[in-house]
Amino acid sequence: MNAAGTIVFNDVSKFYGEILGVNRVSLSIPPGITSLVGPNGSGKTTLMNLITGLLWPNDGSISVLGVSPRDAESLFRLVGYATQIDAFPRGARGRDFVVSYLRVHGYANDEAQRRADAALARLGLTEAGSRRIAGYSKGMRQRVKLAQAMAHDPRVLVLDEPLNGLDPLVRAEIIALLREWVDQGRHVIVSSHILHEVDLISDQVVLLNEGYVVAEGDIRGVRSEMRRHPLQVLIRCRQPGMLAARIFELDTVVEVKLHVDGGGLLVATRDPDRFYLSLNRIAVDHDLGLETVCPADDDVDAVYRYLIGGEEGS
Amino acid sequence: MSDTHVRQFLGVLRIELAKTLFGRRALPLWLFALIPIGISLLSLIVSTVWDPKEGGVSLADSVMAFALIFQVLVRGLLFLGCAWIFTSLFRGEILDRSLHYYFLAPIRRELLTLGKFVAGWIGSTTLFVTSGLVCQGLLFGALGPSAALDHLLHGAGLLHWISYAFVTALACMGYGAVFLLAGLRFKNPLVPAVVVFLWETTNPLLPALLKKLSVIFYLQALLPVRPEGAEGPFALLADPVSPWLAIPGLFLFTAAMLFLATRRALALEIAYAGD
Repeated sequence: MNAAGTIVFNDVSKFYGEILGVNRVSLSIPPGITSLVGPNGSGKTTLMNLITGLLWPNDGSISVLGVSPRDAESLFRLVGYATQIDAFPRGARGRDFVVSYLRVHGYANDEAQRRADAALARLGLTEAGSRRIAGYSKGMRQRVKLAQAMAHDPRVLVLDEPLNGLDPLVRAEIIALLREWVDQGRHVIVSSHILHEVDLISDQVVLLNEGYVVAEGDIRGVRSEMRRHPLQVLIRCRQPGMLAARIFELDTVVEVKLHVDGGGLLVATRDPDRFYLSLNRIAVDHDLGLETVCPADDDVDAVYRYLIGGEEGS
Repeated sequence: MSDTHVRQFLGVLRIELAKTLFGRRALPLWLFALIPIGISLLSLIVSTVWDPKEGGVSLADSVMAFALIFQVLVRGLLFLGCAWIFTSLFRGEILDRSLHYYFLAPIRRELLTLGKFVAGWIGSTTLFVTSGLVCQGLLFGALGPSAALDHLLHGAGLLHWISYAFVTALACMGYGAVFLLAGLRFKNPLVPAVVVFLWETTNPLLPALLKKLSVIFYLQALLPVRPEGAEGPFALLADPVSPWLAIPGLFLFTAAMLFLATRRALALEIAYAGD
């Protein structure tokens, strides 16, 4: 894919004085939902701020669909960014806030109002739009930031912890909205602490730790490249003991454990493809009452745990 | 400048003027602007009720009284008002952690800086010109309606009023540019504000060459009436500069400050924790 359709980091480093923000990051982010995952201080927000020109890199270069973040005039026709900063201009009301900054975009008053109303309606804030933001709940403040970031219909949406403070229903609505957004060939870049949600919504992930990119790409692809850590497969069947005896003989299997509920096995394998073929043969040859076969640790949580060694992503 | 640029500029003006004139930050400014009006009222009460002169207040007394009040206005209140307004334009939003909303719009930072400056200038000029106008209305109104109108229409009144308004606007422009830069350059703009205040206050005591490195020196040259002894007994005298030099000088000075402010705005990063 050419630079005009991707977000490219080329050997980018950012230091805050002597403190490392990110170091020698090279990435190419295609359209779709890309999640930045990492613990606090890993460089997620720094990467987002570099994409949007709120920070300048000390080294390297960044291109957002072929545009430099230094060219704000072109960049913010393409990009919308909802930061993690929970602050608004003093005394601002929801609708006025969105309209005011759309006018700074250069929209005429009527067009700014039309776009603001559409964005607020999309985020379920039509009625709250006339109220002061200072009186909003955390979830409403989060949504008004999203409305402001989306109102000019950008091709790249950058969202720092967008699901924070949202109730489950709104969360599901936002995820659906983001999915609809990328279905039109756009980019959505999100950071999140909530790993199972990252797993659900992401087309690709960038795993960060202490300012370094430790892995990137499709989450299952990243997992399969981690040869050092065997894939765990959960197999549920009526006769786990008999199955264990059979699969112990396979050279692709590293470890077999009886599941804690006694209703299945956790099998560790370094070669899942060959293992699945062998398992099919065993299932056909023996009536084991196979119910479920699924990867037990190819989600982002497990990948993160293996790569970084923590118990969770943040 | 394209239509989009004009709309962006007006968008910035709209936000900033609302903050400067009607926001919470505006309250101290309105109080600053009210002080000269209070002084005028006090002067009026003293000269007409407390210690009335034989034959009433004269035109010359009123002209001199306003000339003195204007010194207080420019040297103290306008200076502080401009410090408050213009340092808040960027630094206030950094402290409120809301500057990034501007930086996430497709607006050139040069245009943003100019828009903020012009909004600050319109706001401060509106406040202090209004204050000066009300003061003059009170002081000359005490002469009686016919004498006041005669002074305004047939005497020097209108010219004086225009001159004071013009000097006020220039003062807001010059000091505004200094404080805009200070708000961008310093985390605590109070320190440079105090330094500039001391420099401007001690201007009468400075040698002729150093006097020229201040805003007040050029403003004084443009005043229609200069009260004698207003600069204090220890003032070092210097030839006043010609208006033909003073006005372009102030514009050039403002342009230089704005250029530096724009350079600073272009390099500015959003890292509120560090501010």
